[in-house]
Amino acid sequence: MPERSPRPVLWLLLLPYIGLLWVPFYNAREPEILGFPFFYWYQFAWVPLTALIIWIAYRSVRHDD
Amino acid sequence: MTTELDVVAVAVFAFFFILVTVMGFMAARWKRGETMAHIDEWGLGGRKFGTWVTWFLVGGDFYTAYTVIAVPALVYAVGAYGFFALPYTIIVYPFVFLVMPKLWKRAKDSGYVTAGDVVFGQYGSRGLELAVAITGVLAVMPYIALQLVGMAAVIKALGLHGEGLRGELPLAIAFIILALYTYSAGLRAPALIAFVKDIMIYIVVLAAVALIPWELGGYGAVFQAADDAFKAKGAGGILLGDSQMVAYASLALGSALAAFMYPHTLTGIFASAGANTIRKNAALLPAYTLLLGLLALLGYMAHAAHLNVASPNDVVPALFQTLFPSWFAGFAFAAIAIGALVPAAVMSIGAANLFTRNFWKAYVDPGVSHAGEAQVAKVTSLVVKVGALLVIVFLPTQFALDLQLLGGVWILQTLPALVFGLYVGWFRAPALLAGWAVGFFGGSWIVWQDGLKPLHALSFGGSTVTVYAGLLALAANIVVAVAVNLAVAPRVARTA
Repeated sequence: MPERSPRPVLWLLLLPYIGLLWVPFYNAREPEILGFPFFYWYQFAWVPLTALIIWIAYRSVRHDD
Repeated sequence: MTTELDVVAVAVFAFFFILVTVMGFMAARWKRGETMAHIDEWGLGGRKFGTWVTWFLVGGDFYTAYTVIAVPALVYAVGAYGFFALPYTIIVYPFVFLVMPKLWKRAKDSGYVTAGDVVFGQYGSRGLELAVAITGVLAVMPYIALQLVGMAAVIKALGLHGEGLRGELPLAIAFIILALYTYSAGLRAPALIAFVKDIMIYIVVLAAVALIPWELGGYGAVFQAADDAFKAKGAGGILLGDSQMVAYASLALGSALAAFMYPHTLTGIFASAGANTIRKNAALLPAYTLLLGLLALLGYMAHAAHLNVASPNDVVPALFQTLFPSWFAGFAFAAIAIGALVPAAVMSIGAANLFTRNFWKAYVDPGVSHAGEAQVAKVTSLVVKVGALLVIVFLPTQFALDLQLLGGVWILQTLPALVFGLYVGWFRAPALLAGWAVGFFGGSWIVWQDGLKPLHALSFGGSTVTVYAGLLALAANIVVAVAVNLAVAPRVARTA
């Protein structure tokens, strides 16, 4: 297996943990979007965001298999 | 909720059920290898599932029928706290992306089928292998039983109920059919059925989240109705209480770390064709999370629809029955019931693989042939499913629920043994075994002390923090493993 140092882009993978585990940040009703309190749409927004981050990470790793 | 026999709904339900039964039996011939008499073929589908098959299989296997029933039920009962399933099923994927391709590669290179194989291969310890294998089987058994609870909820809603054992008959028939085609087709059966199941579930949930709020006056009205209901009840709420925030985050993190340690999720990982298949799926599987989050909102919609249900588990069936036409309710119930079959099949295969590789081959018949392994696994999968059925028929449902809760705490304790070795060669088997024992028994003890609740209150000075017991046990597990390793391998430690 080729030597590889952790790529900087992999640090992006930490973002969902920070964004979702710091609960006091998003435990709020306002601002609402389409009737969804902040608590709900904020967490929903992390779904496509996390998929995007993983996709970026996927593009950056060596596909050695 | 009406429990009259609904003929249209039952007919639609029966049609789809028969469809997947036929598919299940035909699956034995799908992507067939040279022989089915090999555990790689029966138990891992030949390790050649590509991106799409893996997406459907892992999606169908991880987001189970029980989830479809239980998550909205919890949200209905307690509100925002029940939503921890959403962050949980988001933060699981960076972990899957980083760890699972390495685990897959290790398994593929050495022909490993189970977590127990990986651990024995790395550490050469039968004790640690057995600990990991037993934990896997214990954790997954109640999970299989709970799939039956999900199925029973929709069968009841269809009006197919009777007195005593006769009432359990439809459930028993469905499960025996499942057991038979899993026996003959192995992992290919749930993989093929997962296509039907997942597409049906997507249709149902998208229809539900589009149509139901429209009938109830929009999402704003749904959240408001739920808020009012919690205020009237004096408990729960659409936001978290101050004391719930750490609990929420720790449940999400602990569940995310545990999720891919289970035999059924690992089976899905090991069955994929390559490490890249898994990496791509880490980016694609969150689509199911969106679905799960929307589904959770059904709990609030039930408040807006002013449903009165005997048990929170009836929320989803009652909502569908009240707000959907008969034929679509039948379709939705079929989706949930088939949704129970896929994970139940993969779970029983995962448990059977563990028994065969890490017990039968290790202790009973070390020289067992490939064909022999496949045969043992097939029979074990039958026994496992019959066992789950008996548990649900003869023991209170609460028994399976409590065990499943403990199962989450238990399976998390296999993480150090299974994952640490992929990154560092420092740990030795006795240390990991000691850590596992402390985590497993300590975690069980904490949960037991707290009256079989997953959350444990910790006091620091004057303030109290409530944390997921599984995560506490994992922390103790790791501390003990490091400490014992420092004690038993001092020379290795100094050079490391």
